Amino acid sequence: MGGPRIPIKTTDTLHKLMFKHYVEAKMAGQSGQKVAWVTSGAPVELLRAAGIIPVYPENHAALCGAQRQGPHYCAVAEERGFSMDLCSYARTDLGCVFAGDSPIGGLPKPDLLLCCNNICGTVTKWYEELARQFGAPLVYIDTPFQHGDVDEHAIAYVHAQIEAAVQTIGEVAGVPFAPERLLETVRLSARATALWREVLEQCAHRPSPMTSFDAFAHMAPIVTLRGAQECIDYYEALLTEIKQRVKDGVAAVLEERYRLGWDNIPIWFKLGALAKRFAQHGACLVIATYTDAWAMQMSLDTPDGVLRELARVYTTVYINCGMRKRLSVLLGMVEKYSLDGIILHSNRSCKAYSLGQYDIARLLQEEHGVPCLIIEGDMNDSRAYAEEPVNNRIDAFMEQLARR
Amino acid sequence: MYYIGIDVGSANTKAVLINENGAVAAYVIVPSGVGLLSAARRVLDEALARAGVDWDQVAAVVSTGYGREIVPNKTKAVTEITCHGRGAFALFPHTRTVIDIGGQDSKAIALSVTGAVAGFEMNDKCAAGTGRFLEVMARALEVGLDRMGPVALTSERPAVISSTCTVFAETEVVSLLAQGVAPSAIVAGLCNAVADRVHGLVARIGVRAEVTMTGGVSKNTAVVKAMERILGVSANVPEEPLIVGALGAALIARELGLKQAT
Repeated sequence: MGGPRIPIKTTDTLHKLMFKHYVEAKMAGQSGQKVAWVTSGAPVELLRAAGIIPVYPENHAALCGAQRQGPHYCAVAEERGFSMDLCSYARTDLGCVFAGDSPIGGLPKPDLLLCCNNICGTVTKWYEELARQFGAPLVYIDTPFQHGDVDEHAIAYVHAQIEAAVQTIGEVAGVPFAPERLLETVRLSARATALWREVLEQCAHRPSPMTSFDAFAHMAPIVTLRGAQECIDYYEALLTEIKQRVKDGVAAVLEERYRLGWDNIPIWFKLGALAKRFAQHGACLVIATYTDAWAMQMSLDTPDGVLRELARVYTTVYINCGMRKRLSVLLGMVEKYSLDGIILHSNRSCKAYSLGQYDIARLLQEEHGVPCLIIEGDMNDSRAYAEEPVNNRIDAFMEQLARR
Repeated sequence: MYYIGIDVGSANTKAVLINENGAVAAYVIVPSGVGLLSAARRVLDEALARAGVDWDQVAAVVSTGYGREIVPNKTKAVTEITCHGRGAFALFPHTRTVIDIGGQDSKAIALSVTGAVAGFEMNDKCAAGTGRFLEVMARALEVGLDRMGPVALTSERPAVISSTCTVFAETEVVSLLAQGVAPSAIVAGLCNAVADRVHGLVARIGVRAEVTMTGGVSKNTAVVKAMERILGVSANVPEEPLIVGALGAALIARELGLKQAT
């Protein structure tokens, strides 16, 4: 036995940092600062450069989900006529808006809404509803789905929308667009995503110093605070600690026997139980396409300028790309992280992420010999989750790997 | 020495006792009821009694099924997927596809040529295409569960049941009865519906001959025939399809016992 599992110490800082983020956003009105609600895959750098505080309904919904409040707020939205078939982040967030509360007392009222459809089509109608509820201006960025190679026409189209967005954002902020401030913000953002990438890459070591369940918690700052210095400070501290764990041979899962990948958003209300289940089998989830999605590479010295680079980065995110790209990302992970198998969470809420998983799993298994397990779940709505069948599938999959 | 496999399922609890050569010495099937622990104890005791074997002659016990954790004195708990694969492969060594339709779940298991599980699919959070579905319908139609197969096969024009939900299908059955559709045609339609539903799972793992069907529903000849028709291959059905999971568990117990002994 390798002794008890050693927790990641930087987690304390994480809680403080996220608490500070939400407090600052809620106090923004008093200091005269503007607040924008923003989708997780939007070019948030535009807001930070203009001095607007961004808050993320998706992160807020995940927070509700992790506190097992998802079904409660979903039900509030459903009472207003929103279908149970809609995304549970959307229902949780709208439920919080209608109820006027949440585990953190609700998000501060938005002065602006920034919506980018690179993560799904649901956000379109979700943010239109928010615009109706708050009467706030809505900036919408349409990023065409990338079926194959990157389409330069699409990048030019998104670039033009970002140029227009910059004007609206400047009007709401009351300050004109300052290119040098944007460049500085993107520099901070690029530094943070690079650090996050390096943190994740430490899990290529055997034994892995961290599991994806840890990473699901530690990804909050890269989602909500990229472009801010404190985000960089945070990941520098985390990276130092994780590197030390590697050096000391600290294993996230004691007696690590299997290394697994995870596809899709986590099941927030079952993080602890699932982490334990896999650990009991000696299985460590070492990488997830979800955590990796924020490890994007941003280049600062592009001849076409920083707006063009933002257009490129945000149009080519994992979930806005076709199956061939997704398959190659997963195969790259199998190689880099020495994966024994991949768990694909077929997420009832997230159609954009889940569509194609059966085909991807088939290709991985039949053409590349990578064992895959698909489990049915939902990121926030526990009413759409059947625990026993999921546990049974996980156990059977681990028995299958043990016999290989 | 002897080895026991015990399968605590949602409908029935089964125990299989095998000897050192893997031959079945005794088996017992009882309804699980609400007292899973007492059902587990009962099948264990009865299997030993029937074979005239004492507890201290048992080298290992492997449990499986939804109630596998409840079994006392188990050497190991193993999922039904692995056990059904093992049991079916032992009975029919050319098996590459196992279709198990039990009380509350149905599954399709792909086996490698050596009998190892290569992949599997199970029903979603829904009882359609399971034994429970047929049980509910048997009650609604006042046809004994064991009579459903023979009754269905008398129908030349099976009704079409469009609902996949067990509750809505029951409503549909009532409305078909009200329209004067013959009960045998409805029963035939229900058996086809189960096969259709399970086919979705089998198609995902890819059908490879030979196909072996296990679980209580494979006692229903109409479901088996419908499955064979849809898949285009004939299926092996064991003499007692209820005990295949328990048999697989017993064989795993034997493997563990022999490993310990060496």
